[in-house]
Amino acid sequence: MSIGLEHYLILSAILFSIGLYGVLAKRNAIIILISIELMLNAVNIAMVAFSRYIVPLLLTGQVFAIFIIVVAAAEAAVGLAIIIAIYRNRETIDVTQVDLMKW
Amino acid sequence: MGLEIAFWILAVVSVVAALAVVLLRNVFRAALALVLCLIAVAGIYVTLSADFLAAAQILIYVGGISVLIILAIMLTSDVQHGSLSNKLRIPALVVAILFLGTVGFAATNTPWQVSKISPVEPTTASLAGKLFGSGGFILPVEIAAVLILAAILGAIVLVREK
Repeated sequence: MSIGLEHYLILSAILFSIGLYGVLAKRNAIIILISIELMLNAVNIAMVAFSRYIVPLLLTGQVFAIFIIVVAAAEAAVGLAIIIAIYRNRETIDVTQVDLMKW
Repeated sequence: MGLEIAFWILAVVSVVAALAVVLLRNVFRAALALVLCLIAVAGIYVTLSADFLAAAQILIYVGGISVLIILAIMLTSDVQHGSLSNKLRIPALVVAILFLGTVGFAATNTPWQVSKISPVEPTTASLAGKLFGSGGFILPVEIAAVLILAAILGAIVLVREK
């Protein structure tokens, strides 16, 4: 059985679901950020698979994947800086205890 | 035939590593599992004949972002508490499985217009033409440069000692 577009899309959906579970269910802010990176990678797999199987000569999906990697790098840098700032102020990165703006 | 074997090995490795990221109690080991998952995803890009993207994935994610994450884990010293779950574990599991079912159903039942043409190889020159050539993506490239600059300045300002 040869590998087709559906295989890559299912793999991408599995990785995205695992990342979604991590984002919703975890307390540690760094683990939440890691799970967001997993979700972005899953989307990248879907982009490159569409580019490879639907429009093999245009490469548009790969260009989008490059921009997603750029935005993910910026997001990781700022997110980790925010987490370190929160840790300096409150001595914890447990997101259930960082409830300063919760009414 | 080799491509199929490579795909299945890389798919299994990436899914197991991703599960390890969310299931391991030790935060540091979860970060190392993330590195393994990112390397497997780079291999997936190779099977999709996206050679430049695989190299960029290794350079940026495995080389840069993972070091940043491990550094943040060291600085916050929350490792002894471990990666606990909050009260929403069961609803989150239900949401993730529902999402997987919906997307899996949509992906397998949509009649995709799969092209028979073999893809461009190597991709670096054509990607450069797309990014920097006329009628390409030169404006988003410039905006990405501004975004990176803003992110670097923001990270420095946030982490700097008062």
